[in-house]
Amino acid sequence: MYSSNAAVYVGGLGVVTAIGNNKAECLASLEAGKAGIAGITLLDTIHKNTLPVAEVKLSNQELERRTGLRAHTSRTALLSVLAAREALEDAGISSASEWRMGFISANSVGGMDKTENFFPGFLANANSGHLRSVVNHECGAVTEIAADALRIQHFVSTISTACSSGANSIFFGARMIRHGLLDIAVAGGTDALTKFTLNGFNTLQILDKEWCMPFDEERRGLNLGEGAGYVVLMSEKVMQSLGKQPYCKLTGWANANDAHHQTASSPEGAGSFAAMKGALDMSGLAAADISYINLHGTGTQNNDISEGTAIQRLFSAPYPLMSSTKSFTGHTLGASGGVEAVFSALSVQQNLVYPNLRLHTPIQALPFAATTEFSRAHTVHHVLSNSFGFGGNCSSLIFSKS
Amino acid sequence: MTEPCYITASCQITPGKVVKDGALLMENENIAPISYLQWLYEQKGYNYPKFYKMDGLSRLGWLAAECLLEGSFDKNRYAPEQVGLICCNRNSSLDTDTRYYDTVKTIPSPALFVYTLPNIVLGEICIRHQFRGENDFFIFERFEPVFLQAYVQQLMQENVFEACICGWLEFLGEAYQACLYLVEKPASKNSVPFTTATIQTIYENTHG
Amino acid sequence: MSDLKAQIVAQLNLQHVKPEDIGDDMPLFAEGLGLDSIDALELIVLLQQEYKLKLNNAEEGPKVFRTVRTMAEYIKSHQA
Repeated sequence: MYSSNAAVYVGGLGVVTAIGNNKAECLASLEAGKAGIAGITLLDTIHKNTLPVAEVKLSNQELERRTGLRAHTSRTALLSVLAAREALEDAGISSASEWRMGFISANSVGGMDKTENFFPGFLANANSGHLRSVVNHECGAVTEIAADALRIQHFVSTISTACSSGANSIFFGARMIRHGLLDIAVAGGTDALTKFTLNGFNTLQILDKEWCMPFDEERRGLNLGEGAGYVVLMSEKVMQSLGKQPYCKLTGWANANDAHHQTASSPEGAGSFAAMKGALDMSGLAAADISYINLHGTGTQNNDISEGTAIQRLFSAPYPLMSSTKSFTGHTLGASGGVEAVFSALSVQQNLVYPNLRLHTPIQALPFAATTEFSRAHTVHHVLSNSFGFGGNCSSLIFSKS
Repeated sequence: MTEPCYITASCQITPGKVVKDGALLMENENIAPISYLQWLYEQKGYNYPKFYKMDGLSRLGWLAAECLLEGSFDKNRYAPEQVGLICCNRNSSLDTDTRYYDTVKTIPSPALFVYTLPNIVLGEICIRHQFRGENDFFIFERFEPVFLQAYVQQLMQENVFEACICGWLEFLGEAYQACLYLVEKPASKNSVPFTTATIQTIYENTHG
Repeated sequence: MSDLKAQIVAQLNLQHVKPEDIGDDMPLFAEGLGLDSIDALELIVLLQQEYKLKLNNAEEGPKVFRTVRTMAEYIKSHQA
């Protein structure tokens, strides 16, 4: 069954972020250089006027209406269903298909948004509040709700490895296809903004009080975002029977641990270097074959110099074009690997290179700078997408022209 | 052709008990479940001050990995990137999530926040032993020996890693269970084949 | 300063350290007591909780948290 070089195609894409409720809207914003970062409107928090975030511009009620999910569903699940459904429709697959289909979704906050609304009342009076709010707290429950809504039953799994979990879900899905365990995998991630993560990242003092500036010498930190992004991965057999042109192929992936600190990256970028190198090795490519790098690029002092140093060690001049689309979408945590996989697949398919917004002074210690222009002028053969997370969890994916 | 893999060591920690390779290693039933882990750390005479800063899930996983590897693992056999970790549980980091959330009402604690992810325990084990191989953390309703066996076996086969620490790490309130397996390609003196049945038998043996 | 040492030990869960083992001028980070970046953030929480002091400028951190003495001096000079 297993074939180590069997092709894994990307046949459908779905995404929702602060810059658009679907991929067409997101692409339009990327081309227009329009970031989705603004003041907080949806969370009731003391940080309302001090910390900019990248909110999806749909209320829970609007999301419930669009997805048909019932009231009180966690926003994490609502975003997940919206994006995953777009991806499935895009791929031309109905949920009633005869294929063995899996849903592999990442998230880091689970149904925390509902738990937050529940706890204050509950702590004041243990008889108050609906238990319905907390039963969906755990990360796995969010995936189950979404899988039910999508009518995917064959295989459902949740991965939770912080900010790299979206990317990890994608290569897990690809492995399942290569091993002949699935024909189709809808894989990616979702996360909604919560007070939990906002306060948490704020205590780590890595939130920028202004709009973030990834890969800039003067970067001050990250902006949190929310969203969901999914790719529909499929085997050669499925691709042929659908008779459609795929976006691209997923040709390489790797995951490595930085083994340095719970939250900080090592100065030399040991984990990110190993992840990028592993992905290149698997796809049989040399560093010089990469046309564009979709950076992890959070905008924190620590991440960007660590990631940049690893790129400097692995690549040589002329360096590939690179940018952090987090300058548009904020850092969508568990969703980011999925969101950026969607952007990367579109880049390969349409020869797009996205700009890195608000870059004024490139990091002086690095011999390259992120690109600041939206471009259709380069042939994009292979895109490397980086996703690194707390716990030292580093992942890289490579998307290639099919 | 499936190349066989072997469980060359196993370690199970539940409140009051550590079982190593099927035999009871350390027991203390006169201690609260929550204090047992620190008692175990001190009894074993470890000197790793960061242990005291870890949350429950990380303390549990860290101790289980120590007991698993002690006397059973030859680190020199592998490069750092050849050792991977694949773990799963039911409740993610819920125990620490709620503790951290309690602090948000006053001053949110950064030291608690960093542990509000289930894979931090894998990072702690990697930092301790300088493992750099693939790490993944899955959330399942219950222990899934069939998945664990199939997935780890495949990754060993594909040489994604040469040795793997895998298993179940669950921590919520007073209830916790760690069941870790060291899986390697060559058999050793007391190893058993890495099969769904052996995984299940070891998992059920919490008393030694 | 001995109160402050006890507070540091409690806040940072330094169960392997006795407050009196921390020298007044012993570096708190790296080769001294070996604290890390998360500990630094917890020290900020400590100042807020115990002394109602808010360290607004993150760049002050390394100077203020160099030793127990520099911390004590900061507290003394900023308390009303």
